[in-house]
Parts: sequence; structure tokens; C-alpha cells
Amino acid sequence: MQALAGVEGRAIPFGAKNVDTDVIIPAEWLKTITREGLGKGAFETVRAEPGNVFDDPEHAEAPILIAGDNFGCGSSREHAAWALLDLGITAVIAPSFSDIFSGNAFKNGILTVVLPQEQVDRLLEVAREHPITIDLETQTVTTPFQDRFTFEIDPFRKHCLMNGLDEVGLTMARGDAIAAHEASRVRHLPWLDNATEKAA
Amino acid sequence: MASKPRTLYEKIWDAHVVETRDDGTSLIYIDRHLVHEVTSPQAFEALRLAGRPVRRPDLTLAVPDHNLPTTARRDAAGGRIPIADAQSAAQLAALEANAPAFGIRYIGDADAEQGIVHVVGPEQGFSLPGATIVCGDSHTASHGGLGALAFGIGTSEVEHVLATQTLLLKRSKSMEVRVEGELGPGVTPKDLILHVIGVIGAAGGTGYVIEYRGKVFEQMSIEGRLTVCNMSIEAGARAGLVAPDDVTFAYLKGRPMAPKGAEWDAAVQWWRSLATDDGAEFDKSVVIDAADIAPSVTWGTSPEDVLPITGAVPAPESFADPSKQDAARKSLAYMGLEPGTPLTEVAIENVFIGSCTNSRIEDLRAAAAVLKGRRKAANVRWAIVVPGSGLVKRQAEEEGLDKVFLDAGFEWREPGCSACLGMNPDKVPAGERCASTSNRNFVGRQGPGARTHLVSPAMAAAAAVTGRLADVRELVD
Ligand code: SF4
Repeated sequence: MQALAGVEGRAIPFGAKNVDTDVIIPAEWLKTITREGLGKGAFETVRAEPGNVFDDPEHAEAPILIAGDNFGCGSSREHAAWALLDLGITAVIAPSFSDIFSGNAFKNGILTVVLPQEQVDRLLEVAREHPITIDLETQTVTTPFQDRFTFEIDPFRKHCLMNGLDEVGLTMARGDAIAAHEASRVRHLPWLDNATEKAA
Repeated sequence: MASKPRTLYEKIWDAHVVETRDDGTSLIYIDRHLVHEVTSPQAFEALRLAGRPVRRPDLTLAVPDHNLPTTARRDAAGGRIPIADAQSAAQLAALEANAPAFGIRYIGDADAEQGIVHVVGPEQGFSLPGATIVCGDSHTASHGGLGALAFGIGTSEVEHVLATQTLLLKRSKSMEVRVEGELGPGVTPKDLILHVIGVIGAAGGTGYVIEYRGKVFEQMSIEGRLTVCNMSIEAGARAGLVAPDDVTFAYLKGRPMAPKGAEWDAAVQWWRSLATDDGAEFDKSVVIDAADIAPSVTWGTSPEDVLPITGAVPAPESFADPSKQDAARKSLAYMGLEPGTPLTEVAIENVFIGSCTNSRIEDLRAAAAVLKGRRKAANVRWAIVVPGSGLVKRQAEEEGLDKVFLDAGFEWREPGCSACLGMNPDKVPAGERCASTSNRNFVGRQGPGARTHLVSPAMAAAAAVTGRLADVRELVD
């Protein structure tokens, strides 16, 4: 996973509330074999509308998405996070997120920033014409103007994001403990090893 | 060393803790990982992108099942018959390429051992008592029938296990489901588990691992125990367990991947020590009288919507809970059923005998025993038998069961998940009814608009013969 010190650039001023994962990536996109390419299906129903914010050239390749309350509710599909990443989005700002979505986002290295509604409203306004800067170290969101908003983040998640540590990587860092368990397992329960080779 | 009495679940858990964190989550070692084509492609992709190997290919077994058509897979010359659905074909091709690329043993579509992962694991002796077993599939609970701690996981967790052979887990609560007495004639393990789900509800087991206890389970075959544990997930539980005993050891001995020689003896000794200690405490206990269990059938769109075959379609108002009344109204509309109709008057057009719940040799024998010398009723349009594995298929053919099914008007198919879920070509048409030995009667599970009635194999056979839901006890003596 990429280490993330912050995100800087244009932000898509979406702002919609209760955006469920079916909106983020519709079900017919689930029968895939890769995490890539899902951006094509992302927000399909929203993008069917002429003049939508996602297809506005002003926000092409914007790395930030600004949304309303309860972003990512509904089914637990991890494809929602994969679809955002495929669009190039690495941070989402909203007044609140569904727990499962923010967990999935975190697992995939996407930063979710929770700010009060009035601050989100201000960012929606700025985002129409100007870039936004999210700094993870200082936990702040700033604009080219005087705005400076601070946000909370779980210290463990912050540490993982800043160092590019995913859950698999973190567990792999416990390799010695796992190897020790395996060594004791060979002594006490030796028949558990080489399972598929026994049939050879 | 005098230690606190422990349950079977606690003993297996304790034996697999690598380390416990401050927040109470534990890193748990995984002994066996079954991989199929639907939930694994993105996990392998992530490993490839990160340049990570599979930590323990020797503990990982890959088998395609969900997407495979159950019609012939090879032509007369041995060439592969192409799969029409491009996405199914892509998922299957991905597994076939990923398994060797990561050094994992792969049982392919044309191998005799291929079948539904949850049938193949026990059959090969890959699944063992006291082991932790995972698979990206919720019905992994099945393997608990051997006394293994087995549960389903999501794609990120599949990746986690492939890379580290561990999972981060919080210990579940434990529930005892104790069945007293003996099952009556015509009452099978499937009827028992449907009844249990009816009693505790589809969410009743949420947060628990269930241990099934009582003489009924001690006397039950491994096939039956696998059926019971398979559906623990339909009661909301993450896993189900039956303590390993002599029946278990007899079933496993000599299986290709089971331990042999001195290792076998040591294994049996450890397995015997796993039984729940006297005095061990469960967080919850449910006691059921076996005499209350009849051949059962579901009427709605949740597995908890179950009744004895002697019952009638319930009225939504008969439920105390308003949300249940509402759910029942929706279920009955979807199922096209009128309250008060005796279940034995409900006509069916399709019969499916198969799925990881009921596709083992004993299931096929039970269905064939009812069908022998009989034919499916004229209104039964489609009746198929899908053995759980190539080895089950071969065994059934050696016993002549295929003839019984064919003579009765059934189709005899290649192994796979088939009509258990609408992911391959085997689907129940919209608006039609199916007596099915599978495990989920959810809206659209067997195809858009399909109406599923969950039953045992013997009851499915009885439905085929009579063309309606029927009490198997009236067909056999
Ligand atoms: S048979 Fe059905 S429940 Fe079992 S693994 Fe296949 S799809 Fe899942």
C-alpha cells in the first residue's frame, strides 16, 4: 500500500447524503476478477445525468471526494473502495461515514475525513474552483483562503496510512510470532503440515 | 494441571492463538484454507501487486465449484467445452492460473476429485478435527461436522490468510444446542437443522459458535453432521461443531490427505481430548426434544420460515412481532402462497437434489430409496441430481443409484454448486416452485423470481413423485 502523508488537489463537490455502496458501484460490477477497472462503473447512475460533477472537466482526476452524511451505507462490498481508488480518489471528506465503508476504505489506503456539516459546506463551495489540501500529520484540511479545519483520526489508522501499512503487511510484521507458533505446531500436532502433499 | 473446564470451541481456539492484542483480538493460526473461484481472484491479485507469496501452499487447496456448468465439461476428444458466460469463464480461468502460479494444489474441472469445496474437504481428509478451517464462503461451517472450527471469510481475509496463514479474530460466544431423545422415522439431519433454525431464528445464533450435543449427534453419520453444521450459518452462527468421536475417526481413516501411521495415532489421541469437559459453561443453551421434530419444509424466504410438512401456510397475523408480520406478507406474496393452504397441497414444478448441504452419498441413497420403482409426477418439469463431488458420483454409479434417478425421470449431472445459487446455467424459472435440498430460500437465490422450498433429500424425492410437497412417511414404510 502507498504511504499517504496527505492529499492535495482538486476535490469533487458531490455533497449527496446517504450515498450507498450500490450507488458507488452497482451490483452488476461485482462479478469481476480484478480490483482495477471498476472506476468505469463507479457512480454509474449519477453519471447518467448530464452535467454531473464527476464528468465536469474541471474535476478530472481529482483525488478528493466531498460527500454528505452517511457515505458508503448499504452492502459491505469492498468493491466500493476499489472503485474509488480506480477513479483516482484517495480521500473522502464527509460529515459521517458508514462503519463498514470506512473500514474497507482504510484497508485499501483511502483516507476518510470527518468534518462538521458547515465545514463540509464551505469546502463544497471552495472545491468548485480551487484545490484543497489535507495534511495527515497535522490532521488539517486547508484551502487557498484562510480556512483551516482540524479532524480526528484513530492513531493506529493514522500510523498505518502514513507508513503505507495494510493489515496484511502489519500481520506479516509479526512473522516471528507466526513462525514460533508453526514451530510449536510441528512438535505437538505434526500431522497438520503438508496436507495437500499427503495425497501425492 | 488442574484447569478450568473448557468447551470444544475453547480448546480449539486456545490451541491456535499466535498472540493476543491489548484490545482483545487474537491472531489465530489457520490450519486449512479452501479456495474457490468466486472470492479468490482479487485476493491473488493483491498478493501479486504487493509481490507477496502464499505462506503455506501445503495448507491450501483450490477447487472450482460455483460457476462450473453441471453438464459435460469435455467433449469426446477430451477438449474443453467452452463456458457460455464470459464472466464465469474468466473467474474459472483465473483460479486455474492462480493456483499453480502460487504453488497451490488445484483439483480441476475434469478431475474425479472435483466437487463442491465443502464436500471435497472432508472427503479428501483435508478437513480434520480440531483444525481451524476457512474458505471465502459462508457455508464453510459444514466442516464443523468433523469437529473442526470452520467458518467463512471475505476476500480481504482470503488475502490475509494466503499471505500470513492467520486471521485477526475476536472470540465468539458459545451456544449449546442439545437435542434430547431420538429422531422419529423419516426425520433426517436436514429436518433437524431446519427445526433448530425455526426455534432459534435466522439471527438467533449471531455472535455465537454452536456446539450440537446429545445422543442424536453421537448416533449420526458424518454426512448428517456435516449437513447440520452446514446450516449453522442460517441460524446466524459463525460456526457449528460436533465433537469428534469414533464415527469421525472411522470416516477419516485412510482418506488421501488424512494423517497416516504413527501420525494418525497421535492425531486420534489429541482429537479425543477435545471434547467439551464436564462442567464447562456455555453462554447460552437451547434444549430441543427430538420427538418434536417432523419432516420439515420452508414456506417463506428465510430459513427460519419452517414448518412440519403436516402444517399449513401461516397467516401473517399469526406472528406476534409486527416486523415479522410484514416480512411474512412479503414472503407469501413472493412465494405465491395463500394462508391456510395445507403444505401438502402446494404443487411444485422443479426438484433439485444437491448443494453442499445434501449432495453426499448418504443423501443420494436416501432420495433413491424413495424413488426406486417410481417416476416423477407429470407436472414436475425439471428434476436434477447433482452429486457433491466426482467421487460421490462414481460411488453412486457403482451402487446403481444413477439408474434409479434416471428411471424416475431425473437428470444425472456433473458435480458443482448448480441450482443452489443462480450463478451457473442451472436456474429455476421465475414464478416456478422448487423442492430443493439446498440451504437458502432467499428471494432470487435459485434464479430471479424462483420460489424455493427447502427440504431433505427424501422429502425432495417424495415431492418429485407426488408433484407437490409431500410427507415422505406416507411413501415409505
Ligand atoms: S452449494 Fe450452495 S451454499 Fe454450498 S458452496 Fe455452493 S453455492 Fe455455496
